[in-house]
Amino acid sequence: MSVVELTVLLGAASLVAGFLGALTGLGGGVVIVPLLTLAFGVDIRYAIGASLVSVIATSSGAAAAYVKEGFSNIRIGMFLEVATSTGALLGAFLAGVLSTHVIGIIFGAVLLYSAFQSLHPPVAAPCDDKQRDRLATLLKLHGSFPGECGKQREYCVQCVPMGFGLMFGAGALSGLLGIGSGALKVIALDRIMRIPFKVSTTTSNFMIGVTAAASAGIYLNRGYIDPAVAMPVMLGVSLGALLGSRFLVVTHARLLRFVFAGVILFLGAEVIYSSIMGRL
Amino acid sequence: MNRKTWDDKRLQLLIANLLRAGVLLAAGIVLAGGLVFLARHGSEPFDRRAFQGEPPDLRSVGGVLRGVAALHGRDIIQFGLLVLMATPIARVALAVFGFLRQGDRLYVGITLLVLGLLAYSLGVGRL
Repeated sequence: MSVVELTVLLGAASLVAGFLGALTGLGGGVVIVPLLTLAFGVDIRYAIGASLVSVIATSSGAAAAYVKEGFSNIRIGMFLEVATSTGALLGAFLAGVLSTHVIGIIFGAVLLYSAFQSLHPPVAAPCDDKQRDRLATLLKLHGSFPGECGKQREYCVQCVPMGFGLMFGAGALSGLLGIGSGALKVIALDRIMRIPFKVSTTTSNFMIGVTAAASAGIYLNRGYIDPAVAMPVMLGVSLGALLGSRFLVVTHARLLRFVFAGVILFLGAEVIYSSIMGRL
Repeated sequence: MNRKTWDDKRLQLLIANLLRAGVLLAAGIVLAGGLVFLARHGSEPFDRRAFQGEPPDLRSVGGVLRGVAALHGRDIIQFGLLVLMATPIARVALAVFGFLRQGDRLYVGITLLVLGLLAYSLGVGRL
């Protein structure tokens, strides 16, 4: 295969991944790595590098719109970025130490979990204290967002230490696997810190770019970011995500979500199998 | 809105514009570099199965800048990716400035800490 042919194929595949990722809200990053490694035979380290770069592009692009509308809570985002960035540095460090088989197996497990979670959202709420969390008040995390009839709706933030801890884990997975780990971030914000769903998803998106940038520098220095691979992936995913966000209103998101979860489930099983067989 | 105040609303708007501009600029540079790269190397066979790691000039900010000056396609792509990585970092720096103007010392500290972690990753990079 020549460089031009591969660039076109990679770009087209990334466009579809970014489009579906934006439509379903699962993000395109999670399918990019298995796509590059399984279908195109790209080394998993180059695949993770390209995925991480595309994650920065899509999250920053989407965050721009959400921040402007006033949904993202900048203080919550900034505070928790301390946890995600530290975790991302640890993850990027581990990526250089662990063998590609181990990384592949962890990746597969995360894929399986993402698919499962998108179909069966967890309901357990470990913290149900209606009182305002003192730490959250100290950090000025409580906020408001534009509600349905033009009024600002206020909300309180709870369980800050636990959310902070889970964010560290989300950052570590992001740095290790080159994904945004938006699903885990939303669990920390929505289920644990009890932040309204719309604020959780948009604030998670806001944080993904900084988290990814924290490990991207280390990836660059290690030589994991290959311009020939990253170029079509970054451009394709960004364009796909942009188109996906325009189509969001008209399509049947439920059915798509189901199909996309099925794809992720299949990819997860395939990645684990390939890792165990030593083909990754 | 008063141009002189730095409330959260104004900070949000500035951050949104910064993010959008950064991504667009990065995509433009990557596309331009990609065209140069494909024009020169497009017909060569592609083999990325084996991991060798990138050559040193594609691994550091200084090396990439030297490559851009020599109009190497790969370095121009890499430069675009650096602009992309710099976008969230610039966003954090803007927030430091915004919180400073608000006189919110706690958040100046928090955002400076995040900025330090990011600078460490891109600047030192070798853990």
